[in-house]
Amino acid sequence: MSKFQIFTNGLVKENPVLRLVLGTCPTLAVTTMAFNGLGMGIAATFVLFCSNIAISLLRNVIPDKVRLPAYITVIATFVSIVQMLVKAYVPALDKSLGVFLPLIVVNCIILGRAEMFASKNKPLDSALDGLGMGLGFTLTLVLMGSIREIMGSGTWFGMTIPFLADVDKFTFMTTPAGGFFTFGCLMALVIFIENKTGNKKERSIGCEGCPSKSVCGAKGGCE
Amino acid sequence: MENRLMVTASPHIVDRSSTRKLMGNVIIALLPCVIASALIFGAQALLVIGVTTAASVGFEFLYCWLMKKPNPVGDLSAVVTGIILALNLPVSIPLWIAIVGAFIAIVVTKQLFGGLGFNFANPALVGRIVLFTGFASRMTTWTFTPKMEQTLGAIDAAASATPLQVVDAAGNSLLGQYPLMDLLLGNHGGVLGETCALAILIGFVWLVATKTISPAIPVTYVATVAVISALAGKPVLAELLAGGLLFGAVFMATDYVTSPFTLKGKIIFGLGLGIITCGIRFWANMAEGVSYAILFMNLMVPYINDLTRQKPLGARKKKKGENK
Repeated sequence: MSKFQIFTNGLVKENPVLRLVLGTCPTLAVTTMAFNGLGMGIAATFVLFCSNIAISLLRNVIPDKVRLPAYITVIATFVSIVQMLVKAYVPALDKSLGVFLPLIVVNCIILGRAEMFASKNKPLDSALDGLGMGLGFTLTLVLMGSIREIMGSGTWFGMTIPFLADVDKFTFMTTPAGGFFTFGCLMALVIFIENKTGNKKERSIGCEGCPSKSVCGAKGGCE
Repeated sequence: MENRLMVTASPHIVDRSSTRKLMGNVIIALLPCVIASALIFGAQALLVIGVTTAASVGFEFLYCWLMKKPNPVGDLSAVVTGIILALNLPVSIPLWIAIVGAFIAIVVTKQLFGGLGFNFANPALVGRIVLFTGFASRMTTWTFTPKMEQTLGAIDAAASATPLQVVDAAGNSLLGQYPLMDLLLGNHGGVLGETCALAILIGFVWLVATKTISPAIPVTYVATVAVISALAGKPVLAELLAGGLLFGAVFMATDYVTSPFTLKGKIIFGLGLGIITCGIRFWANMAEGVSYAILFMNLMVPYINDLTRQKPLGARKKKKGENK
């Protein structure tokens, strides 16, 4: 895989939220507003980027048996940094993200990429993978947040949209049910795009169709 | 419905009923409610019903055309969904919101899950609930005719709520003081179809007489609510006539796709509906619970069907641990 491919993988083809279905909990919880989605995305991207590099550097040092606790320790360090920064400089974001900011520690995207990618690849590749995945996550969150905010509150990034000011707000979109609904529609959209661009064959059930094929070591163990 | 597997034990009687014929009977049964709503709320009611129904049929046609599926408009099920959804809306609803409701009912709830026979819940019901959570203030803006205000004046309550929500200054329900005749004829606030209990009962008689529905679900449902209301010390008749209970029991809980097949299953279904409705009405912080009760029991239907599966004649009971 070329460096560029590693980076763009996370955008659509292996989009962590919409194709790998990782990190759905923060996705559904914080995307009531586009700004929250952006904040969450940037915070997670930073952690993902740093932890991927650190874990990749340490991949030959960490004993296999205790790798998960070791990964969590590394990730938690970066999450603490992010949390302190956000608390100090963007207290409003800290308030609206609430418990989901410290919960990045157990975000499956970050742990998943550590296990699936960083622990088997060189630091530069891992950094690119972290950036690409983080960007894919951020874009998805901003997109979902925008849809839900525009339809549910009639605003975008907190700004009132002029011609929507007097229209009834479809507050359903800001409820958890609206979140699941948007999530499902976006997933369907990504699969639709993939089918249109000619990758349909890859989606059959089994290892061939698995988005984690390239990095999975199980060799059919989950079939 | 033609291609569904049957789960009841033999004998199976084949007759000439078709989806189209059954749905035609439901439409006839809905007509009294449509007429009553027009008499109570005026011509605007007919406009709301017309637009919602047209939108439902339109969405059904458009979706199937875009997806290159056979055109199902002829089976009339979209018409029924449209009328039932419209009868669940207040007369003051902006028409575009009614169209959004038709989209949710037909495209999201019905077609995305595979069309008629595959929807997990009653499409009109999901449309109603989504609109209620999405446009709460529009959906609870009740219109009051001068005659209704007269009644309300007589029982010293303000014209701003349905009978189930009418309370005195201390927050006690005034439902018991409503004249039963007004509740029966629909002289009170509410959505289009639910106010006139008499019209719903006429529809019910037609549906049972033409064997379109089995009376099991509505009867168990209403009886359960009556018993629990009596036990809880509420005005029983008023509880039965007010709110969406009768409309929900007759037209929405009896949807073929989302109600159990067997008689035993239907009775369990009705009991569950009654218990949940009363639980929400009496002990939760909402005045009405019919729609959520039906939605919840809709989701239980596959399990009820499984538990009440009929045994074929002569089949013996499977012992524990025995292999298939």
